[in-house]
Amino acid sequence: MTQQTSDSSEQSEWQPRIVAFLCNWCSYAGADLAGMSRFAYPAAIKIVRVPCSGRVDPMFVIKSFEQGADLVLVSGCHPGDCHYTSGNYHARRKLLAFRELLTFLGIDPRRFKISWVSAAEGAKWSSLVKELTAEVKELGPFETYSKILTGENGR
Amino acid sequence: MSTNSTVTESLQRAASELLSDVNIAVIIGYGRNGESPFSHPEFVRKPEDVERLVFDDRCFGNLAVYLSKDAIRRMGKIGIVVKGCDLRAVNVLLREHVVKREDIVLIGVPCTGQGDPLPHKCSVCEQRNPQGCDIVVGDPVEQPQINAEQKYSDAADIDAKSIEERWEFWSGQLSKCIRCYACRNVCPLCYCKRCIIDKTIPQWIETSAHLRGNVAWNVARAFHLTGRCVGCGECERACPMDIPLSAINQKMAQLMEEWFDFQSGLSSDEKAPFTTFSMDDSDTGIL
Repeated sequence: MTQQTSDSSEQSEWQPRIVAFLCNWCSYAGADLAGMSRFAYPAAIKIVRVPCSGRVDPMFVIKSFEQGADLVLVSGCHPGDCHYTSGNYHARRKLLAFRELLTFLGIDPRRFKISWVSAAEGAKWSSLVKELTAEVKELGPFETYSKILTGENGR
Repeated sequence: MSTNSTVTESLQRAASELLSDVNIAVIIGYGRNGESPFSHPEFVRKPEDVERLVFDDRCFGNLAVYLSKDAIRRMGKIGIVVKGCDLRAVNVLLREHVVKREDIVLIGVPCTGQGDPLPHKCSVCEQRNPQGCDIVVGDPVEQPQINAEQKYSDAADIDAKSIEERWEFWSGQLSKCIRCYACRNVCPLCYCKRCIIDKTIPQWIETSAHLRGNVAWNVARAFHLTGRCVGCGECERACPMDIPLSAINQKMAQLMEEWFDFQSGLSSDEKAPFTTFSMDDSDTGIL
């Protein structure tokens, strides 16, 4: 992931970086629909397409934080709608437990979101990204992790 | 330190009988070397060597770790001395088809706890009398009632902190990690032939010992054991930097019990929470 070059006209305003893992069949199509329907949403979100939300390994999330993500989103099909029948059910258990693990270790759980967005929910996708961007702007840069990056915290 | 001579004697007698039976190639048990602070793993292959086996109150190690080792398995049928906690690990290995039940003989030993003072895992042990072993040596011991609050007290201590305090605590603890992977090597359930840490394409976890890589490693370790860890506490005992790894494992075990009413290793035919799902799982916290 490359460092986002800041817009020279808005250098003073910090732009968050959101990494989103979207399942190919629902959420990615939902984001596509948002685009086709001309629903604007903030450009802070960087989309990674995965075959299924069940594909998302917790290491994807850790890696994203390491590379400077301020928020990580995993989005898949609504329960019952998985293209592979049960991938999102597996993801639901694992990712919610993973969030508990992060919380236990003191890594802010507000930095890790899970959502269900269907292929028909372009409007939901657009408003979700707006909400998340506003929320993460409120939270500010993810310093817990960025401080590890610069070595201020620990070694 | 006290050697339990009646248990040791019947253990040696049982081992001798098993080894005389041609099918059993090796007995994995505990041995004693003078005043060593712990009784070391002992591998006995001949009936005349059984007097090397002992059982005392310093048999900390979880011998189930050897069951997945190729060098041991090549020997043939294995007899293994198990305490209740070790048996839980064996059950997980059976459940995950790492070993076959017919390839091992379980020699159960009732145990009232190891060490003095007792470590936390022994004082809250619910498996003092191992169930479902082929042979049990020694008499059954009294089993006190344990409640969930006692069992998960280490995790509760950290849960009581605020998120910032937790990070303060864990970043301090985890920055001590020297990445020796003793926690992995001693764990009976970390048997992957190729661990995620050894993979370089892509390299998910940085291997140098700095906090960023240490956090990733410990998150990966804890998560790979979620719903599998039996709480034997060997990782924490082996850790040269005294990182309280048990608290993390406890937290995940507590979640599995609260969410799925599941405790790992109580039987060998259970289904681990992450290998299955329920349509009724909670949606709380999902947008």
